[in-house]
Amino acid sequence: MNYGISDNPRHVGLELGYLRTLQCVEATLDMDQKTLKKLVESISNTVKNFKKSEVECLVRLFHSLVERANVRLNNLGLDRNAFGAILHSVFGMTDDMLMNRVFFVFDKDHNNRINVKECVKGLSVFLRGTFEEKLKFCFEVYYLNGDGYICREEIFDMLKNSLHQQSSEENDEGIKELVDITLKKMDYDNDGKISFADFEKAVREERLLLEVFGPCLPEAKNCIDFEALAFRHILNSSF
Amino acid sequence: MLKNFSGKGEQTVLESISYTSDYEFSNGCRAPPWRQIHGEICYVLVKPHDVETLCVTCSAEGVFLNGGKTDNEGEINYERKGEIYKDLVTFLKEKSAKFSENMSKQEKRFSDEKEKKEPTNEPPEKEEAAPVQKALTGSGKRTLEKNQINFGKSQMTKRLEPSLSWKATVRFKEYRSLLRDPQEEKHRRRPERSGPPVKPGRAQLVRKSNEKIEEIISESSSESEEGEEPLDRQEANADLPSEYWQIQKLVKYLKGGNQTATVIALCSMKDFNLAQETCQLAIRDVGGLEVLINLLDTDEVKCKIGSLKILKEISHNPQIRRNIVDLGGLPVMVNTLDSPHKSLKCLAAETIANVAKFRRARQAVRRYGGITKLVALLDCGKSSAEPAQSSLYDARDVEVARCGALALWSCSKSYTNKEAIRKAGGIPLLARLLKTSHENMLIPVVGTLQECASEENYRAAIKAERIIENLVKNLNSENEQLQEHCAMAIYQCAEDKETRDLVRLHGGLKRLASLLDNTDNKERLAAVTGAIWKCSISKENVTKFREYKAIETLVGLLTDQPEEVLVNVVGALGECCQDYENRVLVRKCGGIPPLVNLLVGVNQALLVNVTKAVGACAVEPESMMIIDRLDGVRLLWSLLKNPHPEVKASAAWALCPCIQNTKDAGEMVRSFVGGLELVVNLLKSDNKEVLASVCAAITNIANDQENLAVITDRGVVPLLSKLANTNNDKLRRHLAEAISRCCMWGRNRVAFGEYKAVAPLVHYLKSDDPNVHRATAQALYQLSEDADNCVTIHENGAVKLLLDMVGSTDQDLQEAAAGCISNIRRLALATEKARYT
Repeated sequence: MNYGISDNPRHVGLELGYLRTLQCVEATLDMDQKTLKKLVESISNTVKNFKKSEVECLVRLFHSLVERANVRLNNLGLDRNAFGAILHSVFGMTDDMLMNRVFFVFDKDHNNRINVKECVKGLSVFLRGTFEEKLKFCFEVYYLNGDGYICREEIFDMLKNSLHQQSSEENDEGIKELVDITLKKMDYDNDGKISFADFEKAVREERLLLEVFGPCLPEAKNCIDFEALAFRHILNSSF
Repeated sequence: MLKNFSGKGEQTVLESISYTSDYEFSNGCRAPPWRQIHGEICYVLVKPHDVETLCVTCSAEGVFLNGGKTDNEGEINYERKGEIYKDLVTFLKEKSAKFSENMSKQEKRFSDEKEKKEPTNEPPEKEEAAPVQKALTGSGKRTLEKNQINFGKSQMTKRLEPSLSWKATVRFKEYRSLLRDPQEEKHRRRPERSGPPVKPGRAQLVRKSNEKIEEIISESSSESEEGEEPLDRQEANADLPSEYWQIQKLVKYLKGGNQTATVIALCSMKDFNLAQETCQLAIRDVGGLEVLINLLDTDEVKCKIGSLKILKEISHNPQIRRNIVDLGGLPVMVNTLDSPHKSLKCLAAETIANVAKFRRARQAVRRYGGITKLVALLDCGKSSAEPAQSSLYDARDVEVARCGALALWSCSKSYTNKEAIRKAGGIPLLARLLKTSHENMLIPVVGTLQECASEENYRAAIKAERIIENLVKNLNSENEQLQEHCAMAIYQCAEDKETRDLVRLHGGLKRLASLLDNTDNKERLAAVTGAIWKCSISKENVTKFREYKAIETLVGLLTDQPEEVLVNVVGALGECCQDYENRVLVRKCGGIPPLVNLLVGVNQALLVNVTKAVGACAVEPESMMIIDRLDGVRLLWSLLKNPHPEVKASAAWALCPCIQNTKDAGEMVRSFVGGLELVVNLLKSDNKEVLASVCAAITNIANDQENLAVITDRGVVPLLSKLANTNNDKLRRHLAEAISRCCMWGRNRVAFGEYKAVAPLVHYLKSDDPNVHRATAQALYQLSEDADNCVTIHENGAVKLLLDMVGSTDQDLQEAAAGCISNIRRLALATEKARYT
């Protein structure tokens, strides 16, 4: 899948320029103040990690993003490609499969569109998530079929690209062993799959295992950069 | 398990084989103890295809048929019923034609190199090897993986010990030969490592196995799970523990995996017992160290954290530390200290703390700018405006500072680093951290200070930063380790008088005295007694210690303590006994006998202190009587033969009061055979302190005319004369005293003149030390009784100097100077008279 954006994650800084231009769009955005206020109000009630003013910033940002992505589609929401592009450019994520999975987790109502509420909610975990929130988020990213467990095949799928430079046979063998190693480490109840309890126990013991099957949270540096940009109006006005 | 190998078909060699008993004794034998005495190891029921079930005894002597199992009780008739065979295979070949036939078939098959039919090959080896092997290793062996033979071996050795103790010693040799097996086996297995092509070699082994039990063990133990393809690979490396292979696999993922795979591998590696040397060395041997260090050079925070978590653990091993340094691990770790991630900083600092335990590593840390960065870590309060609000410090900042202090503590063991820490501004930061109340942090902080306080510069800075106050405060902590390091730091700093006074002013002495009551923690006791020793150099402090009843407690610590404690306790008592009251106190508490007992030790530092303490006690005639009764003087005297000059000197000093305060001292001194000769010969030493002390001793010895005669015969005069050209005032003083005392015998006065001791002596009068003046004037007075000496003295311009000294307030000096001048004057008059008559 190609989002039409440079594949080089090193260029994240550059891509933030893209965000900066969006902010300009946002300034000109013509939105009904009343609707906006209402929306902000309702979102603020469910998302506790942001201040109201911050929510407002994010809502504005979201709308400008949607506008840019779906100029032709008259649809309020980001589709998978647009969302992936944002994850890539703003948060420096590179793994297509994981980005898809992150999309599905953001997309709470499973309509293949991320609406403004879902977006702010997701971002609250990204930017300000507590350990428990992130734990839950990561686990949701990793279990796909919805049965509440991460099973052996899913792990295999997620890890299959994790070895460099090997023939496909060797690779499969290597990945299989890696899956065994992971299960040995994390499957405390020995049922051949990882439940949330397993996952939580393992991660509490070793924080490094939070993103065990691939990076699905943005790095701290990217978060800081994003916040600095997205909330710059608030920051500026407070000075 | 054995059943697996017997099988039912015609091809196999046996129908069944099993032990009679499932119970195994701790030494691995299955025979009951009363039969083990006869060397019997276990009993096996074997059912070959063509013969009835045989009940066989396996003993150290060999294998034989026994009376069989009695039906009703399951008991075995232990009587031997047949010949002794050297092993089970030979036995079975003899008893069963079929076995013999199949056996030879198996062997042929081996030589044909039929690889995959191995299960059928197993039984012959197994049957025979298993009993012996199991008898030795016990049930553990059975479950052991093939590649855990190493463990099996150690286990085996351990297990056999208890059984040996109640076995007849004759057995020992046989067991020894069995014990050797695994080692031999190890050697044999090595060449086989290279995988499939080893088969011929193995076939060979099996052929030999009919003759040698050892070889069969090697085969059977490595093939306890026969026939499975994947196991073949491991089998080839049978002498390495299973961890080794698992770790190798993980390192493979570290090398060839992306971030995700790497993190999984790191986390999994962390689950190994990294405190165990096997694992530590395994990581190194499979090239894991390089990879772990390389990971630190990447941008992946998670990989770095994971890598450091492992490095931190395995760097407890001294070998690994060196390897890390050799692989250039320190510069990357030092760079990691700059990371914005606090946990990463902490881990890097902690790892450096572990690695920097030897000189080269400490040097490397400094060279790559680590000291400055580590000192910067201490500055945890930078963000919060007021350092006084210590409780507001972020817990993680505290952790960073703690790790920084920990690393500095390790680094501070070398002199140049101490300087670097000071130059980087570490002392004020350490002083500030010392004011906080985080116990975990205080320990490395105080530890660093304690290390650094060995330097004069630091002691001055420590005084300036008011650190002593906080050290005393933390002495009151409940944490024993903290108490220990505080006491240790005080011990280091209290070389300085002002510091000793500060400790007293801040109430540290009372706490130190009270800490003496807990004697279980020897390290802390050593530190506390050390602090007391150094503090008691000040008289005021000694008075305080007496007030706190510390002297009595110290005397109680003279027995049953480790040497580190004793050195300090005795040192403290030596200082305390400079006071009359304390000398009496020590005697009344019964301190003298244990002190004298300590004179027979070998620890240099302890002997120096003990001799000093005994010498201090000997000033008291009553104490001297006790010392004499315990033969303390003889012990002191024999310490003059000690190879360490400090001990010699200290012993010689201690002898002085002993000789002064003993009745019949002359008689006592003469009773030490060769004693006087020994003392005189010590004048040949090149150590100034030894010379000064020996001169002092000679002064005392020479009080007895008879002894003076003896040392004169031993050539004391030329030896003393040779020393005369010295600038050392201490030596000058005692040398002059010795010379003046030695003038009292025979023609020694003349001899000193002949050996040219007089002229240099005159120059002593120009010294600044009044003690030297007095001693010299007395010596010159004695020497001036001889006319030639008078001339020499006069020629060297002594008269003017002596005239000045006549005006001194020191009566002895006055008298001696005047006496000397009068002798010179009298000689001059006599000469004039002679000329005019």
